[in-house]
Parts: sequence; structure tokens; C-alpha cells
Amino acid sequence: MAGTAVHHDQRHDHSDHGHAEHAHKPLTFFQRWFLSTNHKDIGTLYLIFAIIAGIIGGTLSVFMRAELQEPGIQIFHGLAQMVYGFEGDAAIDGGKHMFNVFTTAHALIMIFFMVMPALIGGFANWMVPIMIGAPDMAFPRMNNISFWLIVPAFLLVLLSMFVEGPAGAYGAGGGWTIYPPFSTSGMPGPAMDLAILGLHIAGASSILGAINFITTILNMRAPGMTLHKMPLFAWSVLITAFLLLLSLPVLAGAITMLLTDRNFGTTFFSPEGGGDPILFQHLFWFFGHPEVYILILPGFGIVSHIISTFSRKPIFGYLGMAYAMVAIGAVGFIVWAHHMYTVGMSLQTQRYFVFATMVIAVPTGVKIFSWIATMWGGSIRFSTPMVWAIGFIFLFTVGGVTGVQLANAGLDRALHDTYYVVAHFHYVLSLGAVFAIFAAWYYWFPKMTGYMYSEFLGKLHFWVMFVGVNLIFFPQHFLGLAGMPRRYIDYPDAFAGWNMVSSYGSYIAAVGVLIFLYCVAEAFAKKRVAGDNPWGEGANTLEWQLSSPPPFHQWEQLPRIK
Amino acid sequence: MADTGQSDRKERSNGVIVGTCLAFVVGMVGMAYAAVPLYDMFCRVTGYNGTTQRVEQESDLILDEKVKVTFDANVAAGLPWEFAPVQRDIDVRIGETVQITYRARNLASTPTTGQATFNVTPMAAGAYFNKVQCFCFTETTLQPGEEMEMPVVFFVDPEIVKTVETKGIKTLTLSYTFYPREPSKPVAQVKSRTENKL
Repeated sequence: MAGTAVHHDQRHDHSDHGHAEHAHKPLTFFQRWFLSTNHKDIGTLYLIFAIIAGIIGGTLSVFMRAELQEPGIQIFHGLAQMVYGFEGDAAIDGGKHMFNVFTTAHALIMIFFMVMPALIGGFANWMVPIMIGAPDMAFPRMNNISFWLIVPAFLLVLLSMFVEGPAGAYGAGGGWTIYPPFSTSGMPGPAMDLAILGLHIAGASSILGAINFITTILNMRAPGMTLHKMPLFAWSVLITAFLLLLSLPVLAGAITMLLTDRNFGTTFFSPEGGGDPILFQHLFWFFGHPEVYILILPGFGIVSHIISTFSRKPIFGYLGMAYAMVAIGAVGFIVWAHHMYTVGMSLQTQRYFVFATMVIAVPTGVKIFSWIATMWGGSIRFSTPMVWAIGFIFLFTVGGVTGVQLANAGLDRALHDTYYVVAHFHYVLSLGAVFAIFAAWYYWFPKMTGYMYSEFLGKLHFWVMFVGVNLIFFPQHFLGLAGMPRRYIDYPDAFAGWNMVSSYGSYIAAVGVLIFLYCVAEAFAKKRVAGDNPWGEGANTLEWQLSSPPPFHQWEQLPRIK
Repeated sequence: MADTGQSDRKERSNGVIVGTCLAFVVGMVGMAYAAVPLYDMFCRVTGYNGTTQRVEQESDLILDEKVKVTFDANVAAGLPWEFAPVQRDIDVRIGETVQITYRARNLASTPTTGQATFNVTPMAAGAYFNKVQCFCFTETTLQPGEEMEMPVVFFVDPEIVKTVETKGIKTLTLSYTFYPREPSKPVAQVKSRTENKL
């Protein structure tokens, strides 16, 4: 990785400058947080937003697990009665649809309003400019727009849960994939339109963010920081930004077609006018597959930094790590139809997609083994960020292995739309991406706030979360193999045992989230001063050369990278 | 170190990068829309998704091997028609050109117009199902109570026995669905709750 040695005299210069800057330009609260153009403040806003969205999305999932704890319908008819005012039998029907609305909203919120804002808007916004030695993002005002677009988008998606969807029921309940015809002729109410509009705005926000990151990383690196010396997190964000730039417009196009099919009588996806609903699936997954790499790639970058820091070794195979991410991003665009093996593709087509999908395991394996090789022979400290990062590697590998299984069209035919798939993508995302987010949180929390969290609480958070999420999702493998389908409120009694275990897991994970919130509050209450570099040698990227928290404006004197 | 010359260069190249990025965004949206006609063309050419082939010429090669072709008929909601094949199925020699008939009757008291869509299952066989003449090529208007016989002239391409994926196929199903021609109202404006019950 980048040697990133900065001349000492310069670095003191910066913090002085920063304080001076602070002194002569006091901002009001409104100016600082609502009109913010500072990448660190916007990053903080994104992180707060992601925490709030994550709590809402997580609460939805706890409701679903509570419902699935036992066979039969336990809570959703009551919920439908309370929220939508249904009575009697209508409450049962309303509750059934409400369960699907919760599934849909949980997915949309976690993907677009939790993981993406946390990793890209939050940590990347905060750290990428600092890491590459830039004073701020290339377009600070555009950064502000990106954030303030994601908020109304979130509100639109939330609002969609409370307006009419299908005739006589509320909310958009077609899953995050919003396949027609259910999302067109199946849901005449405005709920689907609101959700689509929310996705449009979230997409616009992400595209603006992506353009900002690409420009910043390509144009604003400090003198001497070539692309091949750039920290891996910056690499991961650059690749993610390109994926966003190429995939999101396709989603925007596809959902615009949905919108016109719904409202203006076009027939892109309806056969009576010569359209084809399968085309939507192709368009959606052309976006959807790169999207899952968008969610995980920044996590790859973060974990590389943490493993290297706490092994006190430079990352093993730096260039290989960087280009493995490029390869994952590139191949990610040509594997989309492995989500659609059951739509009746020819055998040859399926063979191609099986092969291309399995190829992705190669660069991913390069990354996993390089992380292990980095730890090999290092002087490892099991501090909180490190245990989260190691947890990430383990859980992501489990999810990756089931992913290689599901890549096989023959096997997927049996497991398509079962809980096996649910277990697979939650292992790579809920456990992979989310563990990377928490690893990053604990790694950079002292840098961002200047305070040290309680090591005990951080570790407790990890262990409770680790036990909880594994209890949720590991049994779902068994349920899927036994044939339990996704997206139903009820199931045959035979599935009761593992469903109960899975539900208990979700309550444990919910306690984990409470511990997280307490840990944050405790750190701010105790105000233990962290110091510029709490991690010692090993933490050698540029952010550790600044004060904690960093000055309002950093690198007024650009660092020179040797 | 940041003299004016350099900052000018930076600003210019920021603009270039943003321009390129925006071009990509616009290009990808364009690609998404271009996918609509391209996909349609792709289906017609390759028989993907069970899209049948339209030909002008009959086959000059007729094999001894026979294949069973069964016929299916559907009417979409909103079109008050009775629609069914006259014979359920026929056995044809591969390559032989045959004519079969569907029968449709308008049950409404007003003239109604329908347009049929069609496909063949197994989907892999779509490329080998050649239609010489079909009512689905044009739209059909029926007067109140009118009954109409609608012929389909087709043959199964002898190439079907040469391809790994299709040579084992013994039964083909040709399916038609008639949709009302007048485009229905956009779904989001349908107000009635009873019309579209869960």
C-alpha cells in the first residue's frame, strides 16, 4: 500500500491551519448541518441517516421474524388492524399483504438507505478525500445535494407503506425486485408509484455521489500518490462509483418503463401490447447484480485496512487486491441471468451464466486468501475492529460458498426462491456488508469523534451480534434445503423448529443493536481522548497523520507521498 | 505549488470527467430503452422464450419422424370472446406443412377487436416452429355474435432433430392468448376495488 509518509512539519501546519480556519469562520448550527459542503460533516449526516434507516429496516425484520416464529398468523393481522384499520377477516388478508410490504420495505431500506449511505455516503465521504490527500470532495455542493436527495427518497419509500397498493390493501408488496405484472397490473394503487419515485431519487443521489467520487479520486490525489499507491479503500470506492454509474441508469430506465406502463398506457412489459415481463427481469438484474457488488466492495476496502493495521503488516498482494476488485466489478456486469435460471433460458445460455458466475469466485478467493496471508506471521491484536473484520471474512466466505452452489443452474432450479437463497444473500450482505460497516465504525470512530469507545462494549456488541445473526441465518439453510419458499407469512408445521431458532436469533441481534447504541452514547459521555493514532504502527494511511477529530479543512498544504 | 496554470488544468479536467460520467449515465439509460426493440428482435431471430418463426416458404424436406402438436387457447380479461382450437392436437411429420383451425366467437352485443399473442413450449422449440399463415399476424374484429374460423398454417423445421436441446422433444404446444385491442386504461387509474379483488 501507499508508503504515505508525510513530512512532520507539514502535518502540524495543517492542524494549525485548521484551527485558524475554525476560529475566523464560526458557522451556525443550521449553516453547518443543513447547508453543509464539508465532506466530513456530510459524511456524519450520512452515517446518522444510515443508523436511523438501519434501525427502521431492522425493526421491520424483527416483526417478520416474530411472525414466523410459529406456524400460523400471529401478529400481522393485529398490526394491519392497528395501522390500517382493518376489521375481522379483512385484517387477516390485509396482514398477509402487510407481511410482503414489510419484506419489500426491509430490503429497499437496507440496500438503498442503510448499506449504501453508510459505506459510500458515510465512510467513503469521510475518509476518501483524507486518504488521498485532498482538502475536500471535488464538488462539495453536489455532495450536499446527494445527501438531501436521499432523505426525501427514504420518506417516499416509507410513505408508500401507508397508501393503497393492490386493490383493498396498503403498501407495495412485490419484493425489492418489483417484477411486473404484479408491480403493474397487480398494484393499481399509488404505493408502487411512490416506491418507484423513491428509487428514482435515491438513484439520482447515488449517481451524483458516484460522479463526485470519480472526479475526486482521479483529479485530487496528493502529489506523488499514483493510482498504484492509493489506499485500497479509495480503490474500492472508485470501482464502486463506476459500478453505480453504469448500473443505476439501467434501473432508472427500467422503473421509468414500469411507471409509464402503470400510468400512461405503454406496454413495455405487458404481452397484450407486444411487451414481455421477462425483459424487466433482464433489465432489473443487469442493475441488480452489480448492485450487490456495490454493497460489498467498499467493505472489502475497509477490511483490507483493518486487517493490515491490526496485523502490523502491509496488506499482502496490494496490486492483486486492487485488480481483484476491478475484476469482480467487471465480471459482475455479465452474470445477471443467474438470478433468472427458471425463466426458460436455453441450456447454452444457462451454461454460460453458470460458468461466468463461478469465475467470480476466483478474484474473490484472491481477496480472502490475501487477507489471511496478511494476518499470517503478523503481530495480531484482537481489538474490536479486528474481530469485526475477521468475523466479516468468515461470514462472507460462508455466504460465498453457498453462492458458488447457487451459481449452478441445476441446483438453483431446486433452491430458487427458497430460504436457502435468503440465507445466502444475508450471509454476504447482512453479515458481510454489515459487519464491514461495524468494523469501519469501530476503526474510524476514534478518528471521527476524537473519543475512544469502550473496548468491552465493542467486543460485547460483536459477540452478541455474531451469535444472533448466525442463529438467524444458518438455520435458514436447512429450511431452504427442506423446501421452504420465501415471501410467505405462514408455513407448514414441519418447518417450525428451525424457524423458532431463527426468530430467537433475530431478538439476540436486536439486543446487539441496542448494545451498539449504548456503546456510542457511552463513548460520547465518557469523552476518553483517543489521540491522533490510537492504533499505533500499522495504521499508516493518511487519516492517522491528522488530529482526531481532523481539522475542519485538512491538507491545505498538500501532503507529498514518497 | 498550486499556481493558476495548474488550477486551470484541474478545473478543465474536472469538467471533462463529469462530462464523460454524464455521457455514461445518459448512454446507459439509452441502452436500457434500446434493450426493448433489441430484445424483441433477439427473440424473433433466435426463437428465445418460445417465440415462433414467421416464414413465407414451406419446407422442402419432410422427415419420417412424427411429432405431436397440441393446441392451447386463452382469452385475457376484458375481451368477451369464446376462443378454442377445433382439434386438440395432431400428429405431424417433421417438415410437413399442415393447416389447423381455431374458432372464436364474440359473446358481446358490440363489435370487439382482439389481437393474439402466441408462444411455443418447450421454449427451446420456438426457433423451429415455422408459421406460414396465422391470424395472429393481424388484429381481428368480430361483430356481435359472429363466429370465425381462424386457420394457422405451420410446419416444424427439420433442423429440430439436429440440435441437442430439441431432438428429444416429442410434443410441442402452440398457445394463443387473445387480448382486447383497445388498450386498457392505465392500471394506476383504475379506481374500483371490486374490479381487481385480491
